[in-house]
Amino acid sequence: MPAHQSICTIVETTQLNAHAYSMTLTAPEIAGTIAPGQFLHIKCGDAFLLRRPISICTWDDTCIRIVFEVRGEGTRYLASCKAGDTLDVLGPLGHGFTLSKSDRPLLVGGGLGTPPMLGCAQYTGGNAEVILGFRSKERAMLIEAFTRHAASVTLASDDGSLGFHGFVDALVRARLSKEHSFTAVLACGPKPMLHAVAQAATQFGISCQVSLEERMGCGVGACLVCACKTSGGTYKHVCKDGPVFDATEVDWNAE
Amino acid sequence: MPNNVDLAVNFAGVALKNPVVVASGTFGFGREYGAFYDLSALGGICVKGLTPTAREGNPAPRIAETPMGILNSVGLQNPGVDAFIQNELPELKKHHLAVIANISGDAPEDYGAMCEKLSAAGVDMIEVNISCPNVKAGGMMYGTRPGLAAEVTAIAKRYATVPVMVKLSPNVTDITEIARAVECAGADAISLINTLRGMRIDVATCRPILKMNTGGLSGPAVLPVAVRMVWEIANVVKIPLLGMGGIAKGEDAAQMMLAGATAVAVGTACFSEPLAPLHILRELEEITAAQGLSHVGKLTGGVRAW
Repeated sequence: MPAHQSICTIVETTQLNAHAYSMTLTAPEIAGTIAPGQFLHIKCGDAFLLRRPISICTWDDTCIRIVFEVRGEGTRYLASCKAGDTLDVLGPLGHGFTLSKSDRPLLVGGGLGTPPMLGCAQYTGGNAEVILGFRSKERAMLIEAFTRHAASVTLASDDGSLGFHGFVDALVRARLSKEHSFTAVLACGPKPMLHAVAQAATQFGISCQVSLEERMGCGVGACLVCACKTSGGTYKHVCKDGPVFDATEVDWNAE
Repeated sequence: MPNNVDLAVNFAGVALKNPVVVASGTFGFGREYGAFYDLSALGGICVKGLTPTAREGNPAPRIAETPMGILNSVGLQNPGVDAFIQNELPELKKHHLAVIANISGDAPEDYGAMCEKLSAAGVDMIEVNISCPNVKAGGMMYGTRPGLAAEVTAIAKRYATVPVMVKLSPNVTDITEIARAVECAGADAISLINTLRGMRIDVATCRPILKMNTGGLSGPAVLPVAVRMVWEIANVVKIPLLGMGGIAKGEDAAQMMLAGATAVAVGTACFSEPLAPLHILRELEEITAAQGLSHVGKLTGGVRAW
């Protein structure tokens, strides 16, 4: 999959909650070749040496939507950008989810891991079922969009302020125990959540793919900093070999 | 700007079509950035540091951003010299650029064995790394003691049939001492600087950001240190210098050459701008022309004394 460097114009920005922002970019060169689960590496002004990796939420033939939270100065810069501004973008980067349009996956998103799952839902044309978990109601995002692109959406929150009071893996177990027709479980979110979801998938004998995070440098596989330990004891790189890995490839005991 | 600047340089007997090469450890074996442009536009590539056998490297996090710099602690992850020769070198040789093999060993004999293999495999030059700050054995230890630096250089020279360049560490009291030692031991060229040791602490968790606690600082923050060290060494050795450390613009490359470098290497700049080496080359060409010079090599050592 060829990666491009493009100067992209922002066509729309919206704030989804107190922390999360949605931004749509015109990026015809990049948009045409995206696979679900890939990311963009975005230059955040001139003050920072490193680009910031941001997962792709949804896309069409010419535009890409990203959703991000302000986590530091780089994402604060992104949040300050307005429609009409331009961004220097590398993409699409990384190895995404192995997914075909006719699949019926169970999609699991936690917190800021939810946006790429919307792309998966859209890609599978409403076949997918979705389980989303947030810290609280205030952190929820994209729920309406998910209901438009998925067969069902079930919600959980850590504090009980939205949907099921608890973690998503309990909902994954409950659903997998009743429904056996899913082609795979695909998940993105914090690592402890991914581990719990992967264990649930294993328990029910269904394959599971997870999208991982690590501090990144080049984003293309040249600098080798974003290492993650595999179950075979070797390192793979989140930017090039991932961010999506088969759950059996991941060494869940590595810090 | 129309100009007719001759960009070719002779670097210790290796013909470089231009003086801009890419620095070891920032460019893999060329495959990734080769997807963005034709590598033949570069003067050369210093490949990811090789060791006698494959190394897995250090646990993550391996990178931390700093003001105008980054700290890294990759720990010489690489597939080993044999895998490089078999899988990567044939791909690189399809392009027209000098292939410079960067090597690190745990013992002086390791350097000899790798020089022999790589010379036979047809690399254009060998860069002997005696300055990696991120590994326990070997690495920087050889680069901080003149006697050991000379010993490793001599062994490399004994087994190599291509020019040998020695990469120096800035983490020393007097870098000219090491430079003189490796020149006396037969080095054909010197490259500098490797990264400066540094540390960042996450105040929220009170932990170092890097898993290995410390790492090597690179990026624009280190440019003035690199220019100073190139200038100091150029004054005491006769062999050519490959200047690197924080080069992000043509002006940075020109400073490095005025200080005494015959060629320059671009590293960290590629992470934010994949085309950085090409932009730097074009700007360097314009600077050379603006100075009324017909050959980029005339910049080398052109710094004027006060």
